[in-house]
Amino acid sequence: MKRDDTMEKREVIRLEQIRRDFQVGDETVHALRGVSFTIREGEFVTIMGTSGSGKSTLLNTLGCLDTPTSGEYYLDGVSVRTMDKNQRATLRNRKIGFVFQNYNLLPKTTAIENVELPLMYNPQCKAAERRRRAIEALEAVGLGDRLMHKSNQMSGGQMQRVAIARALVNNPAVILADEATGNLDTRTSFEVLVLFQQLHAEGRTIIFVTHNPEIAQYSSRNITLRDGHITGDTRNEHMLNAAEALARLPQEED
Amino acid sequence: MNFANLFRIAVKALSNNKLRGFLTMLGIIIGVASVITMLAIGQGSKRSIQAEISEMGSNMIMIHPGGDRRGGVQLSADDMESLKLEDLEDIQTKTRYVTYVSPSVNSAGQAVYGANNTPTTVYGVNLDYLEIRRYRVDDGDTFSEQDIKTAAKVCLVGKTVVDELFPDGENPVGKVIRFGTIPFRIVGVLESKGYNSMGMDQDDLIIAPYTTVQKRILAITHLQEIVCSALTEAYTDQAIDEISEILRENHRLKPSDEDDFSIRSQQEMASMLTSTTDMMTILLAAVAGISLLVGGIGIMNIMYVSVTERTREIGLRMSIGAKGIDILAQFLIESILISVTGGLIGVVMGVGAAVAVNLIAAFPIYIQPWSVFLSFAVCTLTGVFFGWYPAQKAAMLDPIEAIRYE
Ligand SMILES: Nc1ncnc2c1ncn2[C@@H]1O[C@H](COP(=O)(O)OP(=O)(O)O)[C@@H](O)[C@H]1O
Ligand SMILES: [Mg+2]
Repeated sequence: MKRDDTMEKREVIRLEQIRRDFQVGDETVHALRGVSFTIREGEFVTIMGTSGSGKSTLLNTLGCLDTPTSGEYYLDGVSVRTMDKNQRATLRNRKIGFVFQNYNLLPKTTAIENVELPLMYNPQCKAAERRRRAIEALEAVGLGDRLMHKSNQMSGGQMQRVAIARALVNNPAVILADEATGNLDTRTSFEVLVLFQQLHAEGRTIIFVTHNPEIAQYSSRNITLRDGHITGDTRNEHMLNAAEALARLPQEED
Repeated sequence: MNFANLFRIAVKALSNNKLRGFLTMLGIIIGVASVITMLAIGQGSKRSIQAEISEMGSNMIMIHPGGDRRGGVQLSADDMESLKLEDLEDIQTKTRYVTYVSPSVNSAGQAVYGANNTPTTVYGVNLDYLEIRRYRVDDGDTFSEQDIKTAAKVCLVGKTVVDELFPDGENPVGKVIRFGTIPFRIVGVLESKGYNSMGMDQDDLIIAPYTTVQKRILAITHLQEIVCSALTEAYTDQAIDEISEILRENHRLKPSDEDDFSIRSQQEMASMLTSTTDMMTILLAAVAGISLLVGGIGIMNIMYVSVTERTREIGLRMSIGAKGIDILAQFLIESILISVTGGLIGVVMGVGAAVAVNLIAAFPIYIQPWSVFLSFAVCTLTGVFFGWYPAQKAAMLDPIEAIRYE
């Protein structure tokens, strides 16, 4: 399916000449050397690159966890560069959903409590609404029947679904995933990819960092990083369908 | 930040590690419980001493023959017999601040009635003695002035002596007992006073006219002791001065001579005793306070471990929107919850232990409300104080590094 309407969509992310230098001893490591791009609402972007190319640094910047050394970053039209720590925390709480490689669920905690967590830090969200939204998010990732399961009673794929539900629950402007399928086997990876494509189809904006080129084929746009530079930014006209790929996978042991 | 949510988060975190929370609490529980128990015991014995002293007569003054014995100098026979009947009469008539005056001569021995006998002490006194020591006659009557004049063989007996000599519940009034070889007719039974704080049975005595004890038992003419009471407790010092003046004159002492008698007031004994128990209380409370401190350090230790252990959790919370202050508050609430819950359990256990000491060991206790509030406040402060640094450490973590922490 073609998406000619992308140009008219709202800008969710706009980076202008983002640089990020790290001081290691008396050496300066340039993790990002002037990165610029714009991501519009509803895009499913994969960011690729070899290890050390600056993907995580870029994602931390996009997630308002890190501040660039120079350059401008607008999230949902708001400049992040001038914000202090607390403002950025609030911004993360309202506008961003994180999905990590190692899930980062709270131990001994039920799925629903894990998903409620971001809303706990939003004083405007009352207990009843919090619960309702957490249930909705868990249903959206297909875990509506596992609300009370604790993190240690779930498989890796299920845990990552809970983590995705947690990233959805605050209805963020953008979902940021760092190697979200990195810990999962092929089948489960595809299950998670199906879920991301489903979210994309619902119109959500997703940025997915990976070093696996195969995954890039299932997104709508690929940005390639190398040594802190953008070396490629292509629209994927022939986005593959993860659900079909999943169906084609050979059935392994049951 | 929303306190109710932070509270919920802290409770959840604690309930994830109940055993550890409880073990940490144990330090606080023991600290608070021991502070409360120790203060209850200290205050209890102080109060019982005070109550007893006022029961015995807080305005009581005791005069003994011989100078101040603190030097450890051996007393001469003359010194031992320095108190005479004239001294007693002069104190009775010439003083303004002394109300009751009684001689006291005593002898230890065996009291016998029929087949029963018991070791006890007979005190030879006059009728003022009952007023001074606040003895009341329960059954029968006191002896009379006439009995004193005639050195009559009559007596009042304490409850313990009655129980020993009349185990069958016979009415002792009118019965004749023997003390040593001397027969005494019981004219009255004293109301029971129980044990005093030094563990002395105040009912284990016989009271008889001093003349009888002097002549018939001891064969002496001097007095072993004079007891009197000041007008009120406040006039004790004036009364002592008056008595001292009279005795020095009667004994013809030159200004350069030392007293050949010594005067002690109940007031003086009371302040001596209560200052001893105060010291004990402070000492006990200090020891208990140290255990509270140790408990606090235990909290700090565990909170540090907990912060390190939960670095990833902290990183996650921060990345989903927790501010530094939220993390600080969460860990602070956790440590306060540990210390306050420990404090509450400690209060219950401390009060329980104090009551148990009272019931089992029959030791007097008094639980002062302020001691409960104080130890509770101290332990909340302990939670804040010892929780602060670990919480601060947690709040200062960098979310990017924290979430990658292995
Ligand atoms: N906190 C840091 N301190 C110093 N150097 C860093 C830090 N974070 C990243 N770097 C450096 O920046 C470069 C890019 O790192 P990163 O963004 O983690 O790459 P990727 O995620 O693509 O593997 C690397 O050379 C890395 O060593
Ligand atoms: Mg990386």
